[in-house]
Amino acid sequence: MSIKKSLMTAGATLSALPIAALAQNQVNMSPGVTRVGAEIYDLHMLIMIICIVIGIGVFGVMLYSIVYHRKSKGYVASQFHESTKVEIAWTVVPFLILIGMAVPATSTLLEVYDNDDAELDILVTGHQWKWRYEYLNAEGENVSFFSNLATPQEEIYNSEAKGEHYLLEVDEPLVIPVDTKVRFLITANDVIHSWWVPEIAVKRDAIPGFINEAWSKVDQEGIYRGQCTELCGSYHGFMPIVVHAVSQDEFQGWMSAKRADKDAQIAASSVDLSLDALMTEGESVYKTQCLACHGGQGEGGVGKAISGSAIAMGDLGVHLDVGIKGVAGTAMQAFGEQLTDVEMAAVITYQRNAFGNNTGDVVQPSDVAQHKQG
Amino acid sequence: MGDHHHGPAKGLSRWLFTTNHKDIGTMYLWFSFAMFILGGTFAMIIRAELFQPGMQLVEPGFFNQMTTLHGLVMVFGAIMPSFVGLANWLIPMMIGAPDMALPRMNNWSFWILPPGFLMLASTLFMEGGAPAFGWTFYAPLSTTYAAPSVTFFIFAIHVLGISSIMGSINIIATIMNMRAPGMTYMKMPLFVWTWFITAFLLVAVMPVLAGAVTMMLMDIHFGTSFFSAAGGGDPVLFQHIFWFFGHPEVYIIILPAFGVVSQVIPAFSRKPLFGYASMVYATAAIAILSFVVWAHHMYTVGMPVAGELFFMYATMLIAVPTGVKVFNWVSTMWRGSLSFETPMLFSIGFLVLFTIGGFTGLMLSIAPADFQYHDTYFVVAHFHYVMVAGAVFSMTSAVYFWLPKWTGRMYNETMGKVHFWISFVGFNVTFFPQHFVGLAGMPRRVPDYALQFADFNMMSSIGAFVYGASQIMFLYNVIATIVSGEKVSDEQVWDGAEGLEWTLPTPAPYHTFEVPPKIEATPAHG
Repeated sequence: MSIKKSLMTAGATLSALPIAALAQNQVNMSPGVTRVGAEIYDLHMLIMIICIVIGIGVFGVMLYSIVYHRKSKGYVASQFHESTKVEIAWTVVPFLILIGMAVPATSTLLEVYDNDDAELDILVTGHQWKWRYEYLNAEGENVSFFSNLATPQEEIYNSEAKGEHYLLEVDEPLVIPVDTKVRFLITANDVIHSWWVPEIAVKRDAIPGFINEAWSKVDQEGIYRGQCTELCGSYHGFMPIVVHAVSQDEFQGWMSAKRADKDAQIAASSVDLSLDALMTEGESVYKTQCLACHGGQGEGGVGKAISGSAIAMGDLGVHLDVGIKGVAGTAMQAFGEQLTDVEMAAVITYQRNAFGNNTGDVVQPSDVAQHKQG
Repeated sequence: MGDHHHGPAKGLSRWLFTTNHKDIGTMYLWFSFAMFILGGTFAMIIRAELFQPGMQLVEPGFFNQMTTLHGLVMVFGAIMPSFVGLANWLIPMMIGAPDMALPRMNNWSFWILPPGFLMLASTLFMEGGAPAFGWTFYAPLSTTYAAPSVTFFIFAIHVLGISSIMGSINIIATIMNMRAPGMTYMKMPLFVWTWFITAFLLVAVMPVLAGAVTMMLMDIHFGTSFFSAAGGGDPVLFQHIFWFFGHPEVYIIILPAFGVVSQVIPAFSRKPLFGYASMVYATAAIAILSFVVWAHHMYTVGMPVAGELFFMYATMLIAVPTGVKVFNWVSTMWRGSLSFETPMLFSIGFLVLFTIGGFTGLMLSIAPADFQYHDTYFVVAHFHYVMVAGAVFSMTSAVYFWLPKWTGRMYNETMGKVHFWISFVGFNVTFFPQHFVGLAGMPRRVPDYALQFADFNMMSSIGAFVYGASQIMFLYNVIATIVSGEKVSDEQVWDGAEGLEWTLPTPAPYHTFEVPPKIEATPAHG
């Protein structure tokens, strides 16, 4: 009776689930778009199938016993209780199977570790809670940028419908060329993070003070998404990775555009902006950079309140210091390198005039540049 | 038993000052159940938040406090003390000893636990919140970047560690010195053997954990840089030290569970345990290997390839003795005369689900594949198959098995079976889908997730609520048994049960084996 009852419970539980939708749910590892990824996938399938076969054997014997060797059927227990031969057999046979697994595992591992002869080096730095990418061996100056979560707070807090790539979208993706051995030099700025993109078969911890190497050679153009996989604080679940794999031509074009952008930024920081322009830009910077900790209305949270705060309404120099250098020993980071001077000027202006702070102060990019030089 | 035996003291002082192994065992068991409910409550909060994508109930920071406390409370508060409680009750009765070797220390090792956990739980109400860095507390998230409550966490870990070390010394001393004449090592029940080996593991690794948290304390308050590259240290050093403790720790949890199952399966198969000697050797082999595999938790930290290969091969080797154990249990059932009372159901549940956990463990040992599994829900599924379906199912089996001997009353069999089936189904509905989301790319320890993981997470949450609720039935059954269960007076209770504890009157008197029993000349286990 009890068994029937619990089976009914199980049935009720399962039928309550959206079975139709399950068909689209991915249940297995993806072989991805790299040779190493495909090898890892084959290895995974090989080991899993061996386990399933052994499992069927072990559980089959057990099930046979459960069905036929029952006291309730009057089965009388035999009293055998040891056999050295059998013990030796089931020590040696699994050992041989393990050797069979270790051989392909070793060769795949050696390939994963072959970091030589990379054609492009990218420095990946984990920050709480965003990634920074810097292209190192590109000709000319290095190109670098931060990649932030692009999913709006409204979607996370359920006031708006969630988009297709909810939590797996960024403001600026990493762009890499296909058919090119790209080496990732992975490190972190604060705590340990881990950079993982399943489809390109790279996962490596980002450790502050140390640089880890990993590589990938992507076969197909496309957009590949991943996430931080080492607990790194409150917003660990909110620092995705998006990789755009593009043709080599497209990559060169993108790289030139990034360089042109950088020059434009330098030029822009010498131009003064109106209060309105600063406020508009500042609001968007605030939403991506500040809101998570300081709240949508500057009311505070992980970070201090900005609305009515002594810093945002007091001496401008102190306010700039906090923004540029951060506050040591707290979650308040140094944003001096993460934001351009225009963005910094805008967000400081925004903080000093929004949320009822109404100081009327206008901070220009040149003020920020000047403050940085001391 | 005559009147000259003094009984327990009356009132609260009985429990505060007791040196009786049965009283202390009882307190350990109740305390661990309370912690199981507390840790379970944290798990329910986690699953409720993960029921749907988006943040609904808690903030991300609080979510991290929940995952951290869930792990710490379950590992250090629920599973470990529950098996210590079992050891206290059973080891003296199984080896024919009157009590534990060091009864006053026994009292102390229990009584420092509740204050330790009170301190840990109190961090929830501190400014900055409770520890939020995971039960593995990797530096520097747990040092430079931790809330001030981390200092209380460190102190709590020290207290729990001292308790465990004292408990283990007591178990080792008892087994080495208090066995009845004729109870040679190779005649000891397997539960005693597994605890004997576990106790050595504990004595070896708890000081290592104490070292790790002390180094954290120094980094936080005294300006050292053990785990900070800026001062010449290394955050990965923390992980090496932690897992040098942490991997033996998982065997500390599972070996006594093996011991329980090795008592229960023969009893309900009415057949001696198959391969007793090989079971002992396999347990020892697993324990020894546990010291040289720690870095398989750290395949992605950027170790040299030679290190990766060493730890991969060593880890794969563990499958051999573990396989031997599983084959022996199945052979014990083979051509037995099986019956399926609640303890047997939980032990068979253990055997099936632990084996699945073992398979995923083998998959995880393969270093290149682990680059895709590491820190995903695949790992979460794996260790819950061994921790919950392994350790907790085994513990539940033990409670049903020995409860009649402890209380002299029989539990409600129907309710026990219902408890098993709801647990079994609830557990699998919770954790089986986590293999899928893990392989599909869902990281662990995240409060929110992408839409493609939504269905399986909802299924997981429903299963978790069912599994959680079924534990209330367990509690009710145990209390009802103690209060008004049907009386049992048969010494053996179960017709297939073997061992000295089943030669004692039921319920077991307050003092037992004041005169050592006679051990039969024929080996108990063949």
